[in-house]
Amino acid sequence: MLKQAIERLGNRTLQGVGRIGFAIRFFVAILLHSGTAFRRFGLTIREMYFSGVQSLIIILVSGLFVGMVLGLQGYETLQTYGSEDALGILVAMSLVRELGPVVAALLFASRAGSAITAEIGLMKATEQLSAMEMMAVDPIARVVAPRFWAGVISMPLLAALFSAMGIFGGYLVGVQLIGVDEGSFWSQMQSAVDFEQDILNGVIKSVVFGIAITTIALFEGYDAPPTAEGVSGATTRTVVTSSLAVLALDFVLTAFMFRGLS
Amino acid sequence: MQHDNLVEIEDVAFDYGARPVLKGINLTAKRGQVIAIMGSSGCGKTTLLRLIGGQIKPRQGTVRVAGESLGELNQAGLYRLRRKMGMLFQFGALFTDMTVFDNVAFQLREHSDLPEDAIRDMVLMKLHAVGLRGAAHLMPSELSGGMARRVALARAIALDPQLVMYDEPFAGLDPISLGITGNLIRRLTDTLGLTSILVTHDVHESLKIVDYVYFVSDGVIVAEGTADDIKASDLPYVHQFVHGEAEGPVTFHYPAAPYVEDLRLGGQSA
Amino acid sequence: MNKTILDLWVGLFVIVGIAALLFLTLKVGSMNTVNNSDSYEVVARFENIGGLKTRAPVKSAGVVVGRVVDVRFDNEVYEAAVTLRLDKRYAFPKDTSAAIMTSGLLGEQYIGLEAGGDSVKLKDKDRILITQDAVVLENLIGQFLYGNAQEGAPK
Repeated sequence: MLKQAIERLGNRTLQGVGRIGFAIRFFVAILLHSGTAFRRFGLTIREMYFSGVQSLIIILVSGLFVGMVLGLQGYETLQTYGSEDALGILVAMSLVRELGPVVAALLFASRAGSAITAEIGLMKATEQLSAMEMMAVDPIARVVAPRFWAGVISMPLLAALFSAMGIFGGYLVGVQLIGVDEGSFWSQMQSAVDFEQDILNGVIKSVVFGIAITTIALFEGYDAPPTAEGVSGATTRTVVTSSLAVLALDFVLTAFMFRGLS
Repeated sequence: MQHDNLVEIEDVAFDYGARPVLKGINLTAKRGQVIAIMGSSGCGKTTLLRLIGGQIKPRQGTVRVAGESLGELNQAGLYRLRRKMGMLFQFGALFTDMTVFDNVAFQLREHSDLPEDAIRDMVLMKLHAVGLRGAAHLMPSELSGGMARRVALARAIALDPQLVMYDEPFAGLDPISLGITGNLIRRLTDTLGLTSILVTHDVHESLKIVDYVYFVSDGVIVAEGTADDIKASDLPYVHQFVHGEAEGPVTFHYPAAPYVEDLRLGGQSA
Repeated sequence: MNKTILDLWVGLFVIVGIAALLFLTLKVGSMNTVNNSDSYEVVARFENIGGLKTRAPVKSAGVVVGRVVDVRFDNEVYEAAVTLRLDKRYAFPKDTSAAIMTSGLLGEQYIGLEAGGDSVKLKDKDRILITQDAVVLENLIGQFLYGNAQEGAPK
């Protein structure tokens, strides 16, 4: 009984490690076959439409609401200490450092990541990828790499839009609705938010998240069993795995960036 | 140098994991012929096509196409060789995000720098050959199964390959589409000077058009010959297959323990 | 989807995204990091720096004029050596004093510069000689108690 349990654990571990190994080889293969994605940039642009432009609405609306909530809650807390002038700092710092990259990445994972997995998985299940191979066209170069680069380029833009929209939402609630002084809202924000420390690090985070999400989504699709359950299971796994990866990576990156190691 | 045999398979074996699928197959396809590989479902016919296409590598033996041994080619060499091959997948495998026209134009755009005018003419010629020039602007989702397969055929011959492989070209077609597809395969093979390899279990339709037939069962070739040989064959397996009999060397039951024992009726207490 | 419409959308997306990045850079944040080319560095030694950290602001008359770029322990004199990077636009006299201050009672610590009267200005790699250490709360309370005890002690 115990022996069986241990065996099962061992088996699971080996399988998991094997999959990680495959995923890393897959990632390296994408990088090595990225020539086409840039030489024929139209392919990448096309995928940017599907992963980037089509995520715009959810990103913009979510960003606005998150910023508005931050404005409300931040005001409630700050006015207890009589420092509601610092509302701009609170809204901008939370968005630029954390919420912008992380929430945008989570939304991207469920909006674009799942779509990528389902699309690649279906292409595999209907033998479109095999057909491409038989036509002497490498599916990694022609199908996978453009989607990868489209995601990596789109992610920081979406995160920046989320943050900008959130700050606008915080401004709407804080300044226009509640009546925090407009001058101190912006000037306090400007003096506290640093380009290198906060904005650049936020951009770096979102690029890393973009790499993680698209790699996971593409790998799950490429690796999906060619059946209906296989594709739907892979789609679910993409959302779960990439969300967890985003949060875990966020912790690691934050620890490195904001521990004063500069 | 022109070989008389376009495809030569020598003593090829292949396993899926621990399960042996092919156990020493010898097969040749002469230029200009239509070859059929027949056998019951799951006997490794499709695996054989994937071996010829170089998508999987055999555990033992050699596969030679146009005089080149697939095992010795690297990725680039394999891709170069594949430009001489076309493959028709079971359900067409058309790219669902492109129109019929773009599907057929796919290889021309990927592998040549031809101007768009020339590509347009070539694509329309191929589509005309399968009788679907009028469907060029449709999406694959708007096609019937038979039409999708004809588009896939037009796509497979887009680069004028020497070898075209068909994976179950007759599966799931109505009798009219069946006849159309069969005639198309024969006519294209003759007019374009192709070599065709069919994998199928549709005996009657394929026996009308093929030159030579291989029967695969349990990973080995059990019978071969021309269409007439096969029709006249009195080998029990071939006879059962051609005439669709329920009883014969291929049994209805999957191998199992004796029925009575399984049901525990043999006097044992349950 | 028409290819030109698709290109148009992606182009718009990229423009709006870059605009958002610019908005964050220019309107929300500021290039607080003083550039190497437009700045000079001076060193100040303190016996105790309290909780001062790198990147803390350097202020004069309440205006940020630079940043702390390095804090290290000088093993020869057993003091903390703090490197300040100051904006070239602001020149200070040679006898300027530096003090470690705290914004608010428990806020972050910064360095306050008070200009002296010397006609010679501080140059790159110069040392600020007059410094005032951080106020350590425990010492302050200790002094207060000690003073009270002395006052209250019978003579």
